[in-house]
Amino acid sequence: MSDTHTGEPPLLRTAQNMIVENDDIADTIVLRRPPARAEVMAEICRQLEPFQADDGRAITGATVISKDLSIDSLAVMDMVMDLEDQFDVSIPMNVVAEIHTVDELADTILALSARR
Amino acid sequence: MGLFDRHAGLLDAYRDVRMTGADPFQIRMERVLSPTEAIINGKKTLLVGTNNYFGLTFDPSCMEAAIEAIRAEGTGTTGSRIANGSYSEHVALEQEIAEFYGKKHCMVFTTGYQANLGVISTLVGPDDFLLIDADSHASIYDACKQTQAEVVRFKHNDPSSLDARLRRLGDKPGNRLVVLEGIYSMLGDSAPLKEFIAVCKKYNAYVLIDEAHSLGALGEHGRGLCESAGVLDDCHFIVGTFSKTLGAIGGYCVSDDPDFDILRVTTRSYMFTASLPPSIVASVRQALRIVKAHPELRTKLWDNVAALYDGLAAQGFKLGPEHGPVVGVHLPDRMTAIGFWRAMLDAGVYVNVAVPPATPNGVSLLRCSVSAAHSHEQIAQMIDVMTGIGRQLGVLGNTPKLRVVGSSR
Ligand SMILES: Cc1ncc(COP(=O)(O)O)c(C=O)c1O
Repeated sequence: MSDTHTGEPPLLRTAQNMIVENDDIADTIVLRRPPARAEVMAEICRQLEPFQADDGRAITGATVISKDLSIDSLAVMDMVMDLEDQFDVSIPMNVVAEIHTVDELADTILALSARR
Repeated sequence: MGLFDRHAGLLDAYRDVRMTGADPFQIRMERVLSPTEAIINGKKTLLVGTNNYFGLTFDPSCMEAAIEAIRAEGTGTTGSRIANGSYSEHVALEQEIAEFYGKKHCMVFTTGYQANLGVISTLVGPDDFLLIDADSHASIYDACKQTQAEVVRFKHNDPSSLDARLRRLGDKPGNRLVVLEGIYSMLGDSAPLKEFIAVCKKYNAYVLIDEAHSLGALGEHGRGLCESAGVLDDCHFIVGTFSKTLGAIGGYCVSDDPDFDILRVTTRSYMFTASLPPSIVASVRQALRIVKAHPELRTKLWDNVAALYDGLAAQGFKLGPEHGPVVGVHLPDRMTAIGFWRAMLDAGVYVNVAVPPATPNGVSLLRCSVSAAHSHEQIAQMIDVMTGIGRQLGVLGNTPKLRVVGSSR
């Protein structure tokens, strides 16, 4: 970095916008701010849409994932893997087992990303 | 709520299956004739779904060794090794398997299922992390239920997905154990092990690999993917089974860890079940000698794999991603798979049918397993029968397509 040459103050690195050196190659990633709840909800609904019940009931926070939708437990776990990568968190399997509603899933993701 | 109400969904699905007239989960082998033939429904049937990779179930020397052992030491041990003690042959078998891998320690279990269940659930405990491939075998998933470690799944055969999950653990204390399989049991694909090992090294994670379907099949000496990928020393724990290539029953785990033997008094699936009977130990020891002495069996197996895989691919079947002793044939849905399976059986060919929820990504498959004991004629018969039924059921077009699906890695 050219800080020493220009005499400018060093880059401010805050928890909100942190550049993490992943390894010694020029492979850096930018950790995003914790996502907004609406963003997480929208993504979960998008992922669950293909499993929506025939009666056309909309997916809401209160939707019970394993009951109100036609999704089996394996597909739930696969969806969780996609959400994990989207929001850069890992949800342990025993935690997934305790999640019943869309709201609970969103809250888990938000809690984990806040702790990041 | 009745005890069985929770299974209502499965009962419905099972009823659908039985309506086709045959129940794939209650098939009866009326008489087994050889590693590749049995009488089913009164008819001589070609077996292409028995994991009998080297065809050793009827090897005369293995059978003689088992018979002799029964005469010498009886039919069973009637207890576990920590309660009733080990027979000299248990210890000899463990030494021979350890030597086979060039590892210091080996523990033998009564099944491969129990080896995975016990070793994986015991190696990691509270505050540790267990990372498993999403397509892991049921025995690995069951270990996850038994362990007190935190369990995270990564995407099947995807080292970057594992990398992301190890990275997210950050500097949390606790051991990391990564579980992989040499060859996956449904689609016959192998793990990109070298790449996985590189990720594990980067994060200081231990590696356990299940070579259930790759023992004998992969590597210059048949040790499995750990050998063919050249990373034997980087695999801290190797698990395997006697129930496939070695033609008997039982499981094992080998390791160089100096404290490995403590597992003998901490692993419940080792401590609280009877040990292998003398006949099994004797036939497995002989089968292992055959694996070492007859590398041509491996060559024959892969020749048969190539013939079956390429033959089916040329007809237009959609197969697993690469050559493997397991050849998974994709079918559009559960009922087609079951109808196809039934038609194959009526035509005298037995394969496995695998449908959700036992399959990855909800796919429906006919799962074929190839043996070194299959003749060229038998493989040709298998392709003919499958192609005929594929056309009849509209799974294939009416003219063969010369299209090769997938490639071998
Ligand atoms: C990948 C894998 N691991 C472990 C096992 C369990 O082996 P066993 O039959 O010895 O219990 C199997 C076989 O079902 C398997 O496919």
